[in-house]
Amino acid sequence: MIGNLDHAILQQLWWLIASVVGSLFLFLTFVQGGQTLIFTLAGSEEEKSLIINAMGRKWELTFTTLVLFGGALFAAFPLFYATSFGGAYWVWMLILFTFIVQAVSYEYRKKPDNFLGARTYEIFLCINGSVGILLIGAAVGTFFTGSRFSLNLYNSVTWHTPFHGLEAALNLFNLSFGLFLVFLARVLGAMYLVNSVANEPLVQKARKATLLNLLLALPFLLIILISLVTMDGFAVNPATGEIFMEKGKYLHNLLGMPAVLILLLAGLISVIYGVAATAFLGKNNGIWFGGLGTVLVGLAIFSLAGYNNTAFYPSLSDLQSSLTIYNASSSKYTLTAMSYVALAVPFVLAYVAYVWKLMDAKQLTLTELAGEDANDMY
Amino acid sequence: MGDPILATVDWARAQFALTAMYHWIFVPLTLGLSFLVAFFESIYVKTGNEEWKKLTRFWMTLFGINFAIGVATGIILEFEFGTNWSNYSWMVGDIFGAPLAIEGIFAFFIEATFFAVMFFGWHRVSKGFHLFSTWMVAVGSNLSAVWILVANGWMQFPTGMAFNPDKARFEMQNFWEVALSPVAVHKFTHTTSSAFLLASLFVVGISALFLLQQRHQKMAKRSMVVAAVFGIIASIFVAVTGDEAAFSAAHRQPMKLAAMEGLYVGQNNAPIVALGLINADKRPGDDQPAFRQEVKIPGLLSLLANRDFNSFVPGINDLVFGNAEHNIVGAAQRMVTGKIALAELAHYKYAKEKGEPAEAAAALAIFDRHKADLGYGYLNSPAEAAPPVAITFYSFHLMVVLGTLFPVIFLLVLYFAFKGTLEQQRWLNTACFFSIFLGYVASQAGWVVAEVGRQPWAIQGLLPVGVATTNIAVSNVQTTFFIFLTLFTALLLAEIRIMMKQIKIGPEA
Repeated sequence: MIGNLDHAILQQLWWLIASVVGSLFLFLTFVQGGQTLIFTLAGSEEEKSLIINAMGRKWELTFTTLVLFGGALFAAFPLFYATSFGGAYWVWMLILFTFIVQAVSYEYRKKPDNFLGARTYEIFLCINGSVGILLIGAAVGTFFTGSRFSLNLYNSVTWHTPFHGLEAALNLFNLSFGLFLVFLARVLGAMYLVNSVANEPLVQKARKATLLNLLLALPFLLIILISLVTMDGFAVNPATGEIFMEKGKYLHNLLGMPAVLILLLAGLISVIYGVAATAFLGKNNGIWFGGLGTVLVGLAIFSLAGYNNTAFYPSLSDLQSSLTIYNASSSKYTLTAMSYVALAVPFVLAYVAYVWKLMDAKQLTLTELAGEDANDMY
Repeated sequence: MGDPILATVDWARAQFALTAMYHWIFVPLTLGLSFLVAFFESIYVKTGNEEWKKLTRFWMTLFGINFAIGVATGIILEFEFGTNWSNYSWMVGDIFGAPLAIEGIFAFFIEATFFAVMFFGWHRVSKGFHLFSTWMVAVGSNLSAVWILVANGWMQFPTGMAFNPDKARFEMQNFWEVALSPVAVHKFTHTTSSAFLLASLFVVGISALFLLQQRHQKMAKRSMVVAAVFGIIASIFVAVTGDEAAFSAAHRQPMKLAAMEGLYVGQNNAPIVALGLINADKRPGDDQPAFRQEVKIPGLLSLLANRDFNSFVPGINDLVFGNAEHNIVGAAQRMVTGKIALAELAHYKYAKEKGEPAEAAAALAIFDRHKADLGYGYLNSPAEAAPPVAITFYSFHLMVVLGTLFPVIFLLVLYFAFKGTLEQQRWLNTACFFSIFLGYVASQAGWVVAEVGRQPWAIQGLLPVGVATTNIAVSNVQTTFFIFLTLFTALLLAEIRIMMKQIKIGPEA
């Protein structure tokens, strides 16, 4: 069946698959959010260890999802991979540095003779959770605000600013996107702590933190939403492939794709309910509402950027160099082959969910941290 | 465009080599130690003996320390294809991206999911499920090696694809040809078996240190026996797959084989250089001798390359300048054809842009006749088609010599273990300990042979590194190079210190 799909359908399908992976990554950034809570939430060394060990059981899933997001974009939209990574060089390099230091910090922080000291590894975790997520948000923001690059006849990229992507963080919309993701990650991180840790003083603080961080995220969310419905967008003529500026493009996309509008509203409501349930109703399952809501919001954002004849990686320097899911994609053969591979994704999700349930069946306690397995603890 | 681009490509290569070599310090140990830990835990589950559990957890701790930095250095490699090699990413992303995505779906999630169970699940899941998780980490780690080596194998021997002139890129035509390419199979079997060998050396070496220090002797001897058996099996695989890899190189990358042996002038009954001091001034086509000093074994290279002592093995000069007698088209001639292909590709794109279909069709027809040598059109001189000979030669010989030494060590360990006198063999235990470092040297040398030996190509015969690189000012790549160097070195020092401390603490802490 997959073999009979049109190239255009496969391109849309792969934008959806990449969006799902990207949105799942946004949910899993609760790990990064949790990492930034160690300096604001933990009142003692024990509480710090509880936060780090709770997040430490999941950090690899987030990391792997980011790698898969990159891999999926490389396989399905190689021109985006080449243009964005090669062009917006510094923004991606800085994001990667924050993930490199994260990867060792859990394992090395508590180990004796760790060369840099526990505090350094904690700072690494905090940098990953703040700067890393801020820059990822700014990079996603450029899907709507555009970047200064051009492609030649052979699709080789030239970037037209010496800052190679860092300029994105100076744009209010992109910056708001980044800060929104940082505070959203902290909301999710606090909700995950409530769900997975059995330590009443810490849990009480985490409940309050969900509300506080949601309030901090709201102004940036408002800037994003108001900008999205008022800004000009990068439209594609489906017949010719020509890119042109369209007034209110993303508002048109929302109205033209009601399902996306529903995803966005349902997602936001779900996140807000998750926070309310955690902060006011004393429930421990807020993370699932927050997580589902984040995935839905993520899907809505990626859909707004890529579907309905929209250029998802616009060029401000040469409009016709802008990337669409049609001109940036792999060949029909590769997308077809990869679609067969993607049939394994539900199976992967199933075993991840099963193991998650097994491992989180018992909440984490201070007793466990100091018990027989203490040497393995982060 | 000349100099800055050359400088950028040099720094991009240096950075990629730095990252890959740092990554390759940690990955082989992960690949092999994951299985050894799984063996140890299987024995624990079968016997119920708590000492085996203690032993398992000790090696698991070292595995975890090593694994974390392997992950850290690995993420950058995937994204460096985009940051440093953006033209490459576009020109071959249609083929190359797929194995990387499959690696993520099929391998990384297994590792990530079951790693948490392996370390934190001792009291959260059943004994059986914990063992299953440990095995899954080993399987996941090695599955990831499958797909990254499929990608690397394709770079060494591009297959299952065609060039699309409209898109100016290569596109996949046959997934199975890419996934099951003989070079990919050799890469995987040779690389993973060498990783198992290195991990065996690590376990044997650390255990030998315990014997020398007269600590944890029972645990050390148990570890040594299991690892030595694994190491001997791995050594056999390394030898067989290494022979296959050399045979494959002879037919698919003859220039690499010629550089591995410093063979400039092709000959029948070609010798292997058992010992040699390369003449660094030697260039393709000149009259200087290839070696300052050499000890040769006649016919062995012919045997290795063609399974025939008297067969002809082409040298660097034959492959650069051609050899009519043996029907070898050299890089010089292929450059001429390649430049026609490049010119006609540009002509085709220009005519198409202008809206001249007849002119475009004519240009495309000429391009099609010459496109097989497209990559050679990017070269500036035929001699550029030869890789750095000295590095390739020395790395290859170092790898082979060390690879021959290791099985001897494993055999001696088993011999004295069964005699019951292993702890008395101080010389052997000392040799075992230092073999850890030799194992790393051999492992790194292997990568140098594979990667330096295929220069100047990013994709063998199709895309030289100079064209594959990102169009970016050299200062950016220089800066990130030194950041990587500092960061990775600091993390390596941290890893070594933590490891040493854990070894000092030992399994019975």
